[in-house]
Amino acid sequence: MSWATTNAAPKPATPAWMKVIRPQHVLVALFLIAYPLVASPFWIVQIGAQSLFLGVIALSLMFLAGYGGMVSLSQMTVAGVAGYMVAVFGTNSTHPLFGWPLWVAVPIAIVIAVAFAILIGIISVRTAGIYTIMITLAIGVAVFYFAQQNYAIFNGHSGFAGLPGPEGFGLNWRDPMPFYYMSLAVAAASYLAVIYLARSTFGLTLQAIRDNARRMNALGFWVNLHRVVAHAVAGLIAAVGGLLYVWMNGRVSPGTIDIGPVIDILVIAVIGGLRHPVGPFIGAVLFVLMKNFAIDLISPERFNTFIGLIFLAIVLVSPDGLLGLWRMASDRFKAAGSNRQWSNSWRNNNSK
Amino acid sequence: MKLFILTVMNGMTLAALYFLVASGFTLVFGLMRNVNLAHGSLYLLGAYVGFNVADWTGSWFLGVAAGFLGMAVVGAILQVVIFRRMQGQDLRQTLVTIGLSIVMADLMLAIWGGNTYQFDPPSWLSGPVQLMTAPVVKYPLYRLVLFASAIVIGVGLWLLLNKTRIGMMIRAGVDDRGMLAASGVNVQRIFTITFALGAGLAGFAGVVGGTALSIAPGEDTRYLLASLVVVIVGGMGSVTGAAIGAILIGLAEQLGLVYSPTYGVVYTFLIMVAVLAFRPQGIMGKAA
Repeated sequence: MSWATTNAAPKPATPAWMKVIRPQHVLVALFLIAYPLVASPFWIVQIGAQSLFLGVIALSLMFLAGYGGMVSLSQMTVAGVAGYMVAVFGTNSTHPLFGWPLWVAVPIAIVIAVAFAILIGIISVRTAGIYTIMITLAIGVAVFYFAQQNYAIFNGHSGFAGLPGPEGFGLNWRDPMPFYYMSLAVAAASYLAVIYLARSTFGLTLQAIRDNARRMNALGFWVNLHRVVAHAVAGLIAAVGGLLYVWMNGRVSPGTIDIGPVIDILVIAVIGGLRHPVGPFIGAVLFVLMKNFAIDLISPERFNTFIGLIFLAIVLVSPDGLLGLWRMASDRFKAAGSNRQWSNSWRNNNSK
Repeated sequence: MKLFILTVMNGMTLAALYFLVASGFTLVFGLMRNVNLAHGSLYLLGAYVGFNVADWTGSWFLGVAAGFLGMAVVGAILQVVIFRRMQGQDLRQTLVTIGLSIVMADLMLAIWGGNTYQFDPPSWLSGPVQLMTAPVVKYPLYRLVLFASAIVIGVGLWLLLNKTRIGMMIRAGVDDRGMLAASGVNVQRIFTITFALGAGLAGFAGVVGGTALSIAPGEDTRYLLASLVVVIVGGMGSVTGAAIGAILIGLAEQLGLVYSPTYGVVYTFLIMVAVLAFRPQGIMGKAA
């Protein structure tokens, strides 16, 4: 059931964390901070911010899949639940229910989304491996149908529109620049949190469970608790990403959590690579660029065929996404290390 | 009372349809550990192909045959061209099926458009039948035939699996693939046959289900969800489990739809959760 190899385990935590910062990290950070100063609003929001928060939601999947060996297809659903709850408890123009201010509605939305993620965890961790995909996909699709047919809470087919973005410090955070920096802050915080968690005791235990759950069980670790906590952490990340998602669009509807967006998150994570937290962000940038500019190459209606074929090509050629391709290329370049260890990870998943 | 009887009848019709779709899904999973998330797409493609063939030839039965055979061929091609190359790599196979379902859904939308298609069974199969006199309950004959055909196919599958040589090989493969190969059986051939059979059943269900209800984009997701839930509840790889799961889910869906319209899906969900809580491997599933 584990499908990532031990050699992916990060090096033991370095106390001198400054040492791990390399020039390219500084360059990327500087670029991300300076980006909105040179880009147009379309590039700031549609490309920049959208890549960031889609990356955040995909990051929650990468955390579960890469470190926990649990490929959950319900991460977009968790994000959507957070978005729905902020519409239900906060203000919206279509179906006002509570109308509470955002500083009350946002914590409630996040708590409910995390509780939902924990529930998904409890339901799905009793089975493992490939079953996780089936169960989480079934949950995701069931929530979609429920949101579509329920009018009392979810306002049915039309969902909620007219969601206000957060305001404060004299800024409307839905304006391009503030929204971009808010997304960047969330993305950076989630990224660093995942990096930190992966090297913490919890993260190392989780990776050990991914590699051999039976052994960890025999060693006295409560395997399922670790998995549920991983779902909770991923749920928190997805929930925050989901809030950004609905704030950008100003609306949330069943279409937000339809099977299409659910699969998009998987596509993003897999295209980028599930091995390192940077993968989902690379995948998100690529996905958003393709979604906006593939129209110039092919007719806009056939975008799904295009992205589906790219996804198929990536899965068939490089199981570890673009990160895997990069690694293969650099391995070949150095003529050191073998590619075999990378493809092996995909053969190990038969072990129970 | 009348409403209840009709609802149960509708539930059983839906269960028959779910069984037809899910039995192929569970067969393929049981033998190859291949979670074919494109199974719903095969259902929908089978329905479209069947519709077109029935339209051209004027024969509904040719449509059914085309739906079955067409998808069986597609299934065999998928197995030989793609899945054979990634034997034993569960996750990668599943990702490939997801990719296939994205592309197939989009291409079907391109070819057949977003319209809802409906086609009629032969006239002697349509029309209502009176089931009871007090209260008067009438039910479409076609749906009864659909239900009967599911039973026939269920029994046929059981006979195939339990009484024939090829069935014996499939069952042996479910239990221990390596051992079956070691005893000189061409496992790849068995895999291809099973995949073709499973895909063909999806196509068959597409035509008969599309006749009873309708064919439209989005139905692929609906039947994928149904297959997933039915085999999670019934137990992966078990045809009997698929029958039990299909009846539970079909009834729950229809009763929920009638008696608490906006919470119908919740029952499906609760059944799945309850089964997973007590029997994670499903009602008829074997412990992993």
